[in-house]
Amino acid sequence: MTPAANPDSLLVIVPAFNEQDAIAGVVQSVHQHVPGVPVLVIDDCSADDTILAARQAGAEVLALPYHLGLGGCVQAGYKLAYELGFEYVIRVDGDGQHDPRDIPRIFEKLKSSGCEMVIGSRFVVENGSRTGAVRSLGIRFFRLVLRPILGKPVHDPTSGFVGVNRKALGVFSRTFPLEYPEIEALVVLQRRRFRFEEVPCAMHPRTTGRSSITALKSLYYIFHVLMGVFVNVLKFDRRALRAPRRRPPGSGAGG
Amino acid sequence: MDHLLNVTTGLSILLLIIVLVSVRRAHIRVEYSVSWLIATSAMLALSRARPVLDAVRRLIGLPDTPLTLFLLAGGVLLIMFFRFSVIISHLRDDNIALAQRVAILEYHLRSFKNHEKQEA
Repeated sequence: MTPAANPDSLLVIVPAFNEQDAIAGVVQSVHQHVPGVPVLVIDDCSADDTILAARQAGAEVLALPYHLGLGGCVQAGYKLAYELGFEYVIRVDGDGQHDPRDIPRIFEKLKSSGCEMVIGSRFVVENGSRTGAVRSLGIRFFRLVLRPILGKPVHDPTSGFVGVNRKALGVFSRTFPLEYPEIEALVVLQRRRFRFEEVPCAMHPRTTGRSSITALKSLYYIFHVLMGVFVNVLKFDRRALRAPRRRPPGSGAGG
Repeated sequence: MDHLLNVTTGLSILLLIIVLVSVRRAHIRVEYSVSWLIATSAMLALSRARPVLDAVRRLIGLPDTPLTLFLLAGGVLLIMFFRFSVIISHLRDDNIALAQRVAILEYHLRSFKNHEKQEA
């Protein structure tokens, strides 16, 4: 898996933990909808045959020596992608909830907008995606919290269906939240004056395995993410202060 | 009250011995034993130096001398727990970075072997 000397080289990374029933379908679907794009499954030390299933489906596998959790798992993929010289990386979850048909749209948005991150969002337009009541409440809460921090609304802050360009890849390969990384990652980018966009995406209900966020963990999740958000907000970043604030395209004349 | 101070003296000596034996048996690294040695020595000294403890009690404004000793010991323990939390956090970060590096190196090694197989 080596990126051609191609300014648009794309890698699809798939963090997976005990997803032997779903992973092959995800890899095959990615190959079907973005042919020729390498797929890297990052196995977070699964106890089942996730690695074997991923390899048989045609994916490269980065096998972690012990369970690091989602953040450490995704960051390992970002590190390898950065080292291998990829320009763009799109993350698709290994449980089959993300629809690989949306990958080309995220990729196009990454290239055309020039922003550092594109989020595949369930809520930009109504697309029939359903979330549980507790999760839905959590998403609404974090939308409110993030709005003043990010300076613009984010419809789906907990979405793991994200694409990043090489600039963001460089940052994430050095700094990436370890637990529940999606929301904190937005704040990490904001501290560097990076931009993000959202594109509408569909989300399938989980067919195999279980979500890592149980009802009991939801409270811990909210507390942990809030702490992470505010700690990142309080971090003093000299580089960000020195860098001139970038004006988003189409935000007015002048400058 | 003297009896209580004698008990804390005994406990301090016991803890001091445990720490020293642990260091000798390499169960605890020297750099991490220093905080314990300082804390137990301070506790031992305060238990035996009643005038100093009384002076501290008056300074803080507490009604009771043993309470002063336990408050100081509690404060020192909190500081040590914080110090160990910092150390554990650093170790965890280093450990995760190391695990990621191992995985990436194994990935490169496997790619290299596959490449060699294809060439052979």
